[in-house]
Amino acid sequence: MNAIDISDLNVWFGKGRDRVDAVRNVSLTLAQGGSLGLVGESGSGKSTILRALTGLAPNWTGQMAVVGETLGRRRTRSFYQTVQMVFQDPYASLHPRHSIDQVLSETLTLHGYRDIEPRIEKLLADVGLGPSFRFRYPHQLSGGQRQRVAIARALAPEPAILLLDEPTSALDVSVQAEILNLLTDIRAERNLSYMMVSHDLAVVGHMCERIAVMQNGEIVETMSVDDMRAMRMTHPYSKHLLSASMGVQTDDILSDL
Amino acid sequence: MSLLDVENLWVKFPTRTGVFDAVRGISFSLGQERLGIVGESGSGKSMTGRAILKLIRPPGQIIADRIAIEGEDIIAMNERQMRKVRGERISMVMQDPKFSLNPVMTVGNQIMEAYRIHTRSSKTEAKRKALEMLEAVSIRDQERVFRAYPHEMSGGMGQRIMIAMMLIPDPRILIADEPTSALDVSVQTQVLSIIDRLVKERGMGLIFISHDLNLVSSFCDRVLIMYSGRIVETCRADKLHEAQHPYTRGLLNSLPRLDAPNRRLEVLQRDPAWRDAPSVSGRI
Repeated sequence: MNAIDISDLNVWFGKGRDRVDAVRNVSLTLAQGGSLGLVGESGSGKSTILRALTGLAPNWTGQMAVVGETLGRRRTRSFYQTVQMVFQDPYASLHPRHSIDQVLSETLTLHGYRDIEPRIEKLLADVGLGPSFRFRYPHQLSGGQRQRVAIARALAPEPAILLLDEPTSALDVSVQAEILNLLTDIRAERNLSYMMVSHDLAVVGHMCERIAVMQNGEIVETMSVDDMRAMRMTHPYSKHLLSASMGVQTDDILSDL
Repeated sequence: MSLLDVENLWVKFPTRTGVFDAVRGISFSLGQERLGIVGESGSGKSMTGRAILKLIRPPGQIIADRIAIEGEDIIAMNERQMRKVRGERISMVMQDPKFSLNPVMTVGNQIMEAYRIHTRSSKTEAKRKALEMLEAVSIRDQERVFRAYPHEMSGGMGQRIMIAMMLIPDPRILIADEPTSALDVSVQTQVLSIIDRLVKERGMGLIFISHDLNLVSSFCDRVLIMYSGRIVETCRADKLHEAQHPYTRGLLNSLPRLDAPNRRLEVLQRDPAWRDAPSVSGRI
């Protein structure tokens, strides 16, 4: 059984003349314990797939199933105990007037846990934050520490699948390394499945075993990370993306024009 | 003579708990070259760029022994004189075109304004120049873009419009502060190539501020690496990967690499001594 099965997914926004087809006929699978990276430029629909999965994009057709359970129009509580999401900007995804303690205890209460005290301590320890962080507010934390809190919040209901929407693109490279290492460790410890969206091929290549390249709402190519490293790709857009992220040479750029 | 010469530059902000030094006594020069400044957030790289244009608002203070543009010291200049310097001699392209273009003015009027403030030319002449400039930044449909509003433009287009606007008064120095970090990788290369071509054609000096080491190493000629307000190392950009300072090494090693997979990324271990070590000179 796969962690995520999506077939013929279409997602659109607006209606009539203003309709935008953000995702078109996308089919993908994420094996249990596996990790899939979605790459592509802004507007290619990669984040929209995550939003459709979590029920944040209401207009969709197609089939989506999570651990064998087909998803309907509404998400159940058990869905959110299986799937959790970490967002891009840790400066925007935490409530500015809630302390870390409030953020985590609210999540735990909503998921019906009773032993909130020990769980908060454990969650903070798991993401590498000491107990002294518990009663701080987001503005008292650095970007990397905030993202650790966001990860702790996602781990609170003990999910099997984490959806990561550009989790490090708002962070410095040195902090990015810490967060990526944390995500790698957590995945190994808890046997999680990851679906990660990023525009940075090096980050996706580091984190994921399989990579899907998106352009204009469609998946143009899916490949293993080894294929990507060896430049074994067929679609011209994937090649273009890879060469762009391999570092630019000024001569290449000029010939590009 | 170098285009820009900075000696012992400090940027200070008084706070309730004492004075915070964002930039701590750095010296560097700029010729007709592409000079990269890299560092993490808070390292003082953007403050350095703003200080050169004297764009630090009070209570922030800029203190320097010398900031000379083509030999002329700007430290003592007042705000009125500085307005002649900005645009005509040094221009700056900021990170996000969404926040630096005027949303209620057409693209054409904004570019024309930038030109006419510095030249007192006629409207027809300004329009001709503006269209020429839009063409120079590789915008195909110049007449349409000229009449459009910034929200009708994509991020990459917006950034090219910014570049057009900044270069139309024909400055000698361009400061680009993370000009492509709000853009997609595929659009990044286009914008960079435009900057590169214009800077070369006009014999300008470019200060390229970025947190992206790979980008700086492939795009610039020379690099200054900043850490907590000081320059810790300078090197030729193509030799950045052979940098010696443990901070630079740490930053380089913390990057995931496509060609060298590694299960765990190296985490930067900060040494308090880096903060106190004297600044390296970035002069040539």
